[in-house]
Amino acid sequence: MTAAPAPAPAAVPSVVPARTRMPGPQRLRQMSSTVGWGVVAWVVGIAFFLPVLWMVITAFKPESAAETWPPKFTFSPTLAEFRLVFSGWGPYVTHSAIATIGSTVLVLVLGVPAAYALAVHPIKRWRDGLFFFISTKMLPIVAAIGPLYVIALKAHLLDSIWLLIILYTAMNLPLAIWMIRSFMLEVPSEMLEAARLDGAGRFREITEVIMPVVSPGLVSTALICVIFAWNELFLALNLTVTNAATLPMFLISSVPQEGLYIAHLSAAATVASVPVILVGWIAQRSLVRGLSMGAIK
Amino acid sequence: MAVVETGAAPPSVAEVRPRGGGRRDAWQRRLPLLPALIYTIVVTQIPFLVTLWYSFQNYFFDVPGGAHWTGLSNYKQVFTNAAFRGALWRSVIMTVSAVIVAMILGVLFALLLDRKFIGRSVVRTLIITPFLIMPAAAALVWAGPMLDPNFGLLNYLLQPFGVHHVAWLSTHALGSVIVVMIWQWTPFMTLIVLAGLQGQPTDALEAAKVDGAGALATFRELTLPHLRPYIELGILLGSIYLVNVFDAVRLMTNGGPGTATTNLPFYLYEQVNNAFDVGGAAAAGVVTVILTIIVATFALRMFARVFQFEEAA
Repeated sequence: MTAAPAPAPAAVPSVVPARTRMPGPQRLRQMSSTVGWGVVAWVVGIAFFLPVLWMVITAFKPESAAETWPPKFTFSPTLAEFRLVFSGWGPYVTHSAIATIGSTVLVLVLGVPAAYALAVHPIKRWRDGLFFFISTKMLPIVAAIGPLYVIALKAHLLDSIWLLIILYTAMNLPLAIWMIRSFMLEVPSEMLEAARLDGAGRFREITEVIMPVVSPGLVSTALICVIFAWNELFLALNLTVTNAATLPMFLISSVPQEGLYIAHLSAAATVASVPVILVGWIAQRSLVRGLSMGAIK
Repeated sequence: MAVVETGAAPPSVAEVRPRGGGRRDAWQRRLPLLPALIYTIVVTQIPFLVTLWYSFQNYFFDVPGGAHWTGLSNYKQVFTNAAFRGALWRSVIMTVSAVIVAMILGVLFALLLDRKFIGRSVVRTLIITPFLIMPAAAALVWAGPMLDPNFGLLNYLLQPFGVHHVAWLSTHALGSVIVVMIWQWTPFMTLIVLAGLQGQPTDALEAAKVDGAGALATFRELTLPHLRPYIELGILLGSIYLVNVFDAVRLMTNGGPGTATTNLPFYLYEQVNNAFDVGGAAAAGVVTVILTIIVATFALRMFARVFQFEEAA
């Protein structure tokens, strides 16, 4: 079995001729079954999306309309809560962006050569190497949080954005190496052979043969790193206070001790989630590929 | 850390072994790996070594004078501590139930999405969204607008079924947290299984159809075996992330009521942040790591199987 990158509609041609030959009633049954399953899929999809939709709807409510029974579905939408969120999120979103982009770039810089050494010209014990990286993912970082705090304190890295970049890189690197390696395995060996016969050195081999093939894979790898780094709370909560506090911490700070806050919270949650949701939606295919084709190899 | 050696030949894409340069060649091969390897060892292993060190120390943040050696007393405390055992047990329940349910739903959703229907890509987009939303945001939105006993949407939607103002987070805390975990990870499972379905060779399915095999039999005999490595992979990756779930616990229930939803990550967090007990948390952490290694050894075997699968192709 090869998890070949098979695009979705590959199954179509064999079905079409059969359908045209089908007698009336059977065709009708098939059609109604198609419609039926389609309806089921839509219901499931909407049900799954409902909490997100409700979050966005609540974000547009005035605070007084957010905590009512029965819940209000008609109200005059307001941007008041969004304005409030945007007035306070500046430092947090900056920290989140720096930590996310910084760690993702570092992951790629470290991960691409490592994957190369595990796939294209593999070291002898590439399997051990790969398993080492994967095994670090299995050690629960929460177990070391106290000592991590002490180390950060002594290294003067507590509450610094560098600390988050360093830790997020380590957090995402194993999965990234694993994925990039599998994308590199898809480089046809004939292409590498041809390049070598052409007298291409390692450098040209990487820039001219490998990179063009794996760059879509790198995009999906980067995407997954971005999602995990952007959404990370545990480390940020334990190791930062103000100078490096990220968006998830901004969210927590939007829950006050008293008073009405549900609309405000929903607006903050929407704003914090939207960047990754949008990127994820746009790059869906790449995401699927990264998680599966890449992962399975 | 246990590493499984299966002894198969590496899938070298281009085998180059210049004569006489064996050693130099080996180092040339290793060189690109070293930065990532050293980085990972330094950043991920040193904190655990320090954890090991502190696990033998009496060290409280709020007690002046710093750490001093106490031998095994931290460990004695961990093993006699019912709170730790409870947290461990709840971690297992939460992870196992969330992973299994998310995977079952993931397979079902993937089967739905593998069919052709109007608006398929829109439905896929809707279904993957919970995976993309920030877990902290998900936890807070579920805790407030969705599950609140007085104005939550869920109680409203369940009203026709005789549900009236249930305080989910007080009466069904563990279940509620697990539901949110499932909600966030089902899309991930769906995507992995869907990719598996779409990579399935269609000729075998056609042949089964011609042979008059029923849909269920085809699924059991053909599709499920094909999906197996994908399902294993989803379970593995899902477990790795779900065993560390913290956001939902901290933000939905704060570990409560009582300790009803305190899992290991939250327990360790509290040890450090509320009890300031670095030594105790370190010992609990070491025990956690040892347990994880035992589980991970089995998990890595599974990885090895996935790899063999790949090479058999």
